[in-house]
Amino acid sequence: MENSMTLKLPAVGKNEALARSIVAAFAVELDPDTDELGDIKTAVSEAVTNSIVHGYPDGGGEVEIRAEIKDRILHIEVLDRGVGIPDIPAALQPFYTTKADEERSGMGFTVMESFMDSLKVENREGGGLKVTMEKSLRGKI
Amino acid sequence: MEAHYDYSGGTLKVSLSGELDESNAGGLRASLDANIVPQNTKRVILDLSRLSFMDSTGIGVLVGRYKKFRPKSVAFFITEPNATVDKILRLSGIYTIMPRIETA
Repeated sequence: MENSMTLKLPAVGKNEALARSIVAAFAVELDPDTDELGDIKTAVSEAVTNSIVHGYPDGGGEVEIRAEIKDRILHIEVLDRGVGIPDIPAALQPFYTTKADEERSGMGFTVMESFMDSLKVENREGGGLKVTMEKSLRGKI
Repeated sequence: MEAHYDYSGGTLKVSLSGELDESNAGGLRASLDANIVPQNTKRVILDLSRLSFMDSTGIGVLVGRYKKFRPKSVAFFITEPNATVDKILRLSGIYTIMPRIETA
């Protein structure tokens, strides 16, 4: 069972819901249960929100979402061409936020890491951020 | 998303429905701040039974309300989150400042 998709959306808030719903729909062929679907939607929402809020602080830009299914593993990449993250190890710490005055929780990467099996965060050549996440879905037999 | 308010004898029950994320967090923040009146409200019970989705943006909103209203002696409680919302609430540790109660 293999499948893949690529989605490009303007980096605006209303597309957070669209992005997480589309990735959840894409994952349905792996027959995830309600909890697994909730995990996937939450992790995608965090990554896309991160690109919108932190990647493009002055607005504009696009978020690209790539998803792939292979050997019952859902592989997700969320990419932007925004400002990137100067200190990634610091940003991965729970409750780390550069926008405390906006009541940001600083939990985004912690949620992605907890809700998925793996998380990788990298600055991209040419600028921007790439977030890679994987989740193995057992499915119902 | 929608917020419905029901006030009775010092307790404000806030029923949230729909999906809470960064796109509507600002609206919810303003709505909560307008409806929580510390002179009259001693307890706020957040009923999440009809909240189908929340990401960590929601944690920021809740912690922000706690910081704003706790000095004015308003206590917050959370009730009936779905399994995924409960998972993110537990991960954040918010139940230590907004205890989960069984029924609203």
